[in-house]
Amino acid sequence: MIDGFIALYIFMLAAFTGYEVISRVPVILHTPLMSGSNFVHGIVLVGTMVALGNAQNLGEQVIGFIGVLLAAGNVVGGYVSTERMLSMFKTSEKKKPESRA
Amino acid sequence: MSPFLSPAIIDDFIQAVYFIAALLFIIGLKRMSSPKGAKTGIVWAGVGMLIAGLITFLWPGMHNYTLIIVAIFIGGVAAWWSGRRVPMTAMPQMVALYNGMGGGAAAAIAAEELIREQTLTLAPVSLAVIGGIIGAVSFSGSLIAFAKLQGIINKSLRYRIQQVVNSLVLLITVALGIWIIVLHGTAPMYVVIAFFALALLFGILVTLPIGGADMPVVISLYNAATGLAVAFEGFVIGNAAMIIAGMVVGAAGTLLTQLMAKAMNRSIANVLFSNFGETATGSAADIAGSLKPIDAGDAGVMMAYANKVIIVPGYGMAVAQAQHKVWELTQLLQNRGVTVKFAIHPVAGRMPGHMNVLLAEAGVPYDLISDLEDINPEFATADVALIIGANDVVNPDARNKPDSPIYGMPILNADKARNTIVIKRGQGRGFSGVENSLFYMDNTRMLYGDGQAAVTQLIQSIKATE
Repeated sequence: MIDGFIALYIFMLAAFTGYEVISRVPVILHTPLMSGSNFVHGIVLVGTMVALGNAQNLGEQVIGFIGVLLAAGNVVGGYVSTERMLSMFKTSEKKKPESRA
Repeated sequence: MSPFLSPAIIDDFIQAVYFIAALLFIIGLKRMSSPKGAKTGIVWAGVGMLIAGLITFLWPGMHNYTLIIVAIFIGGVAAWWSGRRVPMTAMPQMVALYNGMGGGAAAAIAAEELIREQTLTLAPVSLAVIGGIIGAVSFSGSLIAFAKLQGIINKSLRYRIQQVVNSLVLLITVALGIWIIVLHGTAPMYVVIAFFALALLFGILVTLPIGGADMPVVISLYNAATGLAVAFEGFVIGNAAMIIAGMVVGAAGTLLTQLMAKAMNRSIANVLFSNFGETATGSAADIAGSLKPIDAGDAGVMMAYANKVIIVPGYGMAVAQAQHKVWELTQLLQNRGVTVKFAIHPVAGRMPGHMNVLLAEAGVPYDLISDLEDINPEFATADVALIIGANDVVNPDARNKPDSPIYGMPILNADKARNTIVIKRGQGRGFSGVENSLFYMDNTRMLYGDGQAAVTQLIQSIKATE
């Protein structure tokens, strides 16, 4: 369904997209963003699901099972850690009245 | 089956959902790159992941549904449980761990494709092999990075012919990979097993000698690597969502890695293949001046009557769990009309921005926190630079001493402040093992003690002046 050159175009455009999206990010967000992009490549889960879904014998089932298990860990762990980090950021708007008091 | 639910229509529907998921990932990442939208960004990406995962159950011709659900459940619950309870200081190694799992999953897809009895055309078999190596190295390498940061492995294994051994392992791995490619994926099972075993071994060998200070760069690099592996395996199994998401992460991660390596004034190759820290020793004998201790009472008075204080936190602050006390100190000073700012070195902590997260956890608003470029000119106007748990990132040798191992690394110019107070546990050296000449300068005072205890004493002494 995705043939040679079409895939090449997708690779190229996606690479530029990734570069652009990150290039203007402040240092403060580097860690959450690394964690967030870590979550995004958890999409490998759908690939492992299909791989396990098509596994024919025991060997393939074992590899597929490990794959899905690891990918699920990537997805859930990536989401939880990113969400926890981002929930901590706030501006000093709340702080200002407090410091005058 | 009704014509509306023919396999072709189901397939179109699945592809459409994957397309939307890819779009949501990109929007999510875009939002995550600004502080305002960051919190919703992860939710957008999360929705994309959820719909992509759910729709995959409709993939035609699948079986083993019970196995799939059990695997998702076990992996998901374990990650949820661990991700919820780890302290923020341990986040970098958790990111390494989750990232390694993704790399392992990509390698598993490659393994599945290569052991299956099928003949692949050149492009898919090549990308399966390349993605397989990258994924496997990212998996085992990330696990080692996790073990090192978690303190399970303390030593950095180094021996004389290490580079030769590593190169040899990589060479054999690549040779086996080429063998598999030439045979279009019909290579005997033992070749495929040896290929993956050696790729995993290479990941371990290449990560073991890397010191803790370089781990941020390594984790970031493996993050990018996993992205690439996912993109390549996405091509192999014809999954556009995996190609796009993986490639976006691969490119973004590469950029992040470059930014970090640049902040340490080292190339990525240098981080991976040099034995930094082994030979790097400066001796105190070369440094003029002496270490001058100060007690918390005097230091507190100095800060209480300052106009401007710049705090330079390092990982040592986080280890001492002092960030909450530091924020209390900051508020106390602000109430006295002192301008307080935080200066964060790009590689402070264990990942770029890690220090920002730790300060944010303590409640420090992010607009008080400045990057290296913004804050460096301000040190000259600061009355006090308070250094807490940082060392190499404020070492003026990086500017002045061409023979220093850290020469050329951009540093925070804390030595330009009128007074510098260094809170330090003892007289040890920084991560790089280099002696810090800042500590010996005329206007530097050493406040010895545990970070949290020292800041608590500072708070008390400032309160006493009121």
